[in-house]
Amino acid sequence: MITASPTVPARERAMPGWLRRVATPKTLIIVVVAGLIGYLALVPLYYLIWGTFFDANGFTMGGFARAYGDPRVGGMIGNSLWFAIGAAVLSLAVGTALAYLNVRTDVPFKGLFFAASIIPLIIPGILYTISWIFLASPDIGLLNKLIEPVLGPGFFDVFTVWGMVWVEGLHLSPIVFLLMVAAFRSMDPSLEESALMSGASRWQVFRRITVPLTRPAIVAAVLIMVVRSLESFEVPALLGLQNGIYVFTSRIYFVLRSYPPDLAAAGALAVGLLVLAVIGVAISNLVGRSSKNYQTVTGKGFRPRPMELGKWRPVMGGAIVVYFFLTVVGPLLVLLYTSLLKFYQAPSTEAFASMSLDNYSELFHISDATTALKNSLLLGVGSATLVMALMAVGAWMVVRSRIPGRQLVDYFSFTPLVVPGLVLGLALSFVYLRSPVPIYGTIFILLIAYCTRYMPYGMRYAVTSMHQISSELEESAQVSGASWWQTFRRVLLPLLSPGLLAGWIYILVVSFRELSSSILLYSPGNEVLSILIFEQYENGQFTVLAALGVVMVLTLAVLVVIAYKLGAKVGLRQD
Amino acid sequence: MLRINNLVKTFDGERRRRHSHAATPEEARVFAVNDVSFNVENGQLFTLLGPSGCGKTTTLRSIAGLERPDSGTIEVGGRVLFSTNEGKKPVNVPANERGLGMVFQSYAIWPHMSVFDNVAFPLQVKKRGDRVSRKEISERVMRVLETMELANFADRQATKLSGGQQQRLALARALVIEPPLLLLDEPLSNLDAKLRESLRYELKRVQRELGITSVYVTHDQVEALALSNSIAVMRNGNVVQLGRPREIYENPNCRFVAEFIGTSNFLSGNVVSKDGDRYTVNTVDGQLVLDSAATLPIGTDVIVSVRPEAVEVSTTSRAGEVPNEWKGTVLTRAYLGDSLDHVVGLGKHELRTRGNPSTSIEPGTTVYLRMDPAKLVLVPVD
Repeated sequence: MITASPTVPARERAMPGWLRRVATPKTLIIVVVAGLIGYLALVPLYYLIWGTFFDANGFTMGGFARAYGDPRVGGMIGNSLWFAIGAAVLSLAVGTALAYLNVRTDVPFKGLFFAASIIPLIIPGILYTISWIFLASPDIGLLNKLIEPVLGPGFFDVFTVWGMVWVEGLHLSPIVFLLMVAAFRSMDPSLEESALMSGASRWQVFRRITVPLTRPAIVAAVLIMVVRSLESFEVPALLGLQNGIYVFTSRIYFVLRSYPPDLAAAGALAVGLLVLAVIGVAISNLVGRSSKNYQTVTGKGFRPRPMELGKWRPVMGGAIVVYFFLTVVGPLLVLLYTSLLKFYQAPSTEAFASMSLDNYSELFHISDATTALKNSLLLGVGSATLVMALMAVGAWMVVRSRIPGRQLVDYFSFTPLVVPGLVLGLALSFVYLRSPVPIYGTIFILLIAYCTRYMPYGMRYAVTSMHQISSELEESAQVSGASWWQTFRRVLLPLLSPGLLAGWIYILVVSFRELSSSILLYSPGNEVLSILIFEQYENGQFTVLAALGVVMVLTLAVLVVIAYKLGAKVGLRQD
Repeated sequence: MLRINNLVKTFDGERRRRHSHAATPEEARVFAVNDVSFNVENGQLFTLLGPSGCGKTTTLRSIAGLERPDSGTIEVGGRVLFSTNEGKKPVNVPANERGLGMVFQSYAIWPHMSVFDNVAFPLQVKKRGDRVSRKEISERVMRVLETMELANFADRQATKLSGGQQQRLALARALVIEPPLLLLDEPLSNLDAKLRESLRYELKRVQRELGITSVYVTHDQVEALALSNSIAVMRNGNVVQLGRPREIYENPNCRFVAEFIGTSNFLSGNVVSKDGDRYTVNTVDGQLVLDSAATLPIGTDVIVSVRPEAVEVSTTSRAGEVPNEWKGTVLTRAYLGDSLDHVVGLGKHELRTRGNPSTSIEPGTTVYLRMDPAKLVLVPVD
């Protein structure tokens, strides 16, 4: 989209003097990059508001009236909060306990933590949800079949709010785990030891020292998880719609899928969801700022002295194995199992006898599958490259330049973080349905959506590595006579490249799993992998879907391994 | 007061085993503390001194109950805190029931509490049986804050204190329960040099005034010499020398101690004759006579430790009047304010001397070095 082209000398000569001074490659690049970042961040939001509040006759609250006048809206908001808070609390409890065990105790199987912590990266939400349907659906769930002789049929029912909380909470728990591991690692263990020496019991230490000191991290984690669950689309769509349990995201999807689609009402719901998300993020930022008071300065790094669990060690070890089976092994195994079957059935000798790789070979014959894989790769590589190119310059503006208004670039690049994927999808369709340029209905609208969504991640990677480069390196290049562009290209870019590459791979990985924006923007022929899985689930093609899922998980696993080898911060590193 | 017998603590060498080529976990085990025994008398300040990794902190943490030793006994005031004696039931009192006071290297001041609450905490968490009334807590906290000159800061957020004040707060918190034993883990190492010096005397004053038995861990020999009633020098998990500060400094029993405490010149040589306590040693640079209580047969290889301040530098010779006069050439000198160092070349080696700054000799000058036999130390070869 943008290539930083040097200005053409012939034209330069024809310019007036002031213009020549201003129109250097430096200003051109900066203006283009800042403009693009602002465009990507603001235009969808503007059109979202516009499309919600204005129709052919001018300002209207009709969309709001239709969206929130519905008698079921109270239940919908209730479900949303129940689901979001429930999943956040579950993920917090599990993630924090695991993090504490990992950092502070001599719990066994520490290697499993690493495997579990990268699970949300390599199993997309949609596959995770479908795996749990295979495991705990009242009709076909394997777990239900397993315990049927004891507790009767349909004991577990994943198609309830509790089921939704369970699946979302488990899927989010590794993220909480990573956040809390960081919090516990940055906390001086002698703060707890000194309480122990003061005569406090383990429980008193936990309640009066550990929890208050990690409270900022806990509050931040819970808010982030609430926001993420509110934005979650896969779980409510696949699990909730079955029994008519609506939350914001699935309601928006439902409104848009009914005929005729009520764009203004969907917009009104999206605005409501956006407001909730903004409130959550704002509070967590406030908490993060106040937590600075808690920082203790200590002279040197802490020596990790893990607490001995003693007789509890095997118990905790067992709990971790159970957790690992629930979050990692179970979902993966059930996918693999299903992918080998002719039709979905409970495990039996016949089932195992009928296993074959037919579903995999079928994948090659479904033209959609190869197209979807191609599209996913194309979009992943495209959006990762564009975002990192933009953000390399953006990060320079934010970190190094003294350009007035550079903070705006920072804010704009982080804005999409609070916009739920489904809301972004809706907003972009508002923009490009009206656009004279034919972008709607092409793959480019997906590219724009991905670039927007992943801008914040790209910015974070680029800014972090920019901070690691001493400004003196840049200054010495300038003193040696290099122009801005030469300095950027020959000094900064090579030094930034590890960070930019890490960000590039991260974006490639997350874009592979994108569903909630794509679901509103794709058109036939432009399906991506996650959309194809969603469609196949709706058509009941479970076995082919599972094969596709296995291929997807393997692809992601390879990408994550590459990212890990390149030193990207994914998952938890032992030591 | 404090009795430690045959304390052993090894660290699981599992990870190390993977990297080295030790075949069994036994081989890969690392002895952090290897058979350490010592007693501390009532009211004494006992220092564990040694380089990092010598096992001093592990020993202290074992006394605290934060580390579980493999074997040995730990007794405070007749109460067994830890024991693995054969035939008897093993004892391991948890850290929170030992009732000891401890000051951590990082002070471990709880940042979410006020100064008052930090000190009150140990009283608030007492067991139901000997719980202290709110009024008494407040009295006792204020009393100890008074002693530490922190009473004016009682309501302040603990993190708003300066480094020195935080150190005193940590001490106040450790002392408020009036523990029988105070453990100090490098409490001065986080402070800048000036403050460290003044707090060193402050700490000594408080310890002597309260008469509280203390175990002090440090890697700073000056601190150890200034504070302690006795010092145990540790190396690789063993106590290599145990004694009063003056003994350790003046009569190191091995090269390691001599090197670790202060600076020293080491001259290797061979015992050529012995008359009572007076030894004559031949070194490459000449002969030395010195006094030593050690019993070493003639012909033994030894090292003579020469403290820089034990060497007198002079431009005039008094050969024949005094023993141990060597001739050399000044190579370089360094003015250090309160003293002046000369480095003197002697045939093969160089000798560092330290003296009054009023004696300053031009490099290149021929000088005479005189060494008092009483101040030279015979160190056995390791």
